Amino acid sequence: MPALDNEQKLRQAFSLGLNLPESEINDNFQYGSSAQWDSISHMALVAAIDSTFDIMLDTDDLIDMSSYGKARGILTKYGVQF
Amino acid sequence: MILLEGCVGWITGASRGIGRATALEAAQQGASLILTARSVEGLEETAAEIEKAGGIRPKLVVCDVASMNSLKMAFKEVQAHTKRLDFLVNNAGILNDAILGMISEAQIDEVMRTNIFSVILIMQFGARLMTPHKSGSIVNVASIIGRTGNEGQVVYGASKAAVIGATKSAARELARYNVRVNAVAPGVIQTKMIDNIPTDKMEELMRSIKMARPGTADEVAKVNCMLASNYTSYVTGQVLGIDGGMWL
Repeated sequence: MPALDNEQKLRQAFSLGLNLPESEINDNFQYGSSAQWDSISHMALVAAIDSTFDIMLDTDDLIDMSSYGKARGILTKYGVQF
Repeated sequence: MILLEGCVGWITGASRGIGRATALEAAQQGASLILTARSVEGLEETAAEIEKAGGIRPKLVVCDVASMNSLKMAFKEVQAHTKRLDFLVNNAGILNDAILGMISEAQIDEVMRTNIFSVILIMQFGARLMTPHKSGSIVNVASIIGRTGNEGQVVYGASKAAVIGATKSAARELARYNVRVNAVAPGVIQTKMIDNIPTDKMEELMRSIKMARPGTADEVAKVNCMLASNYTSYVTGQVLGIDGGMWL
């Protein structure tokens, strides 16, 4: 089985953290656009991203991470290539 | 019954007093620990006591919880050390008393950074290591002063009342992940923190304690470990007084 690329890993982390099917996650997917992504589940999402990429997102980045697209941009600061 | 066997826990302010006693008790109860404090010497002493008693050598991280940079470094070290946190005891705190009219902005800043800002930030970090596993327990060390107030302790009382509020709010947020958040509210406990209380004031305090004696750090440690463990698996959002009946 081929290794997942970072795009797939991020999608999987969103799916895991927010308990949503991967098919619902796209570049336009935003904080608050689904009942599943609220302020409380945001914590689980952050934990899933930390764990998936073996990083620790800074507090400022947690607050900034308001969409799937933004998450991708933030991750590049941590050396994750897309 | 071994309460914390196989558990990984983080205890702040573990170089002395209640923090050290909690570390010793948790280690006795089988936990593997990460200990933080400002004093490396104090941490080493705590670690030596743990090892002498047959406990697992803890991971030591020097950290000033009042400093955001120091906290960030500690978070990185903790995360590098473990991907799972079963319990967290937010114990680090300072006492810096002054009556109204004599309170400086710097004093408010120092007490609030140490006693409440750090508690919120460390809970926020700890929850990131607990929620993926749908399990965890956070124990915040508040104080009876956060409930009753006390002359000369406007700032300290405010900080500890804030710890209680933060505990209850976090308990509501994290319950869905099976992460429990509770606080303890120690009364007069025999530690270095109360060494500077004048004799007449101490006598007055003793008269207000139904059990007519100060508590010990060990007595607080046992409650901390009980709340940290699954022995209290259906307890969250509570503030447990450890005060010999001082506040009833």
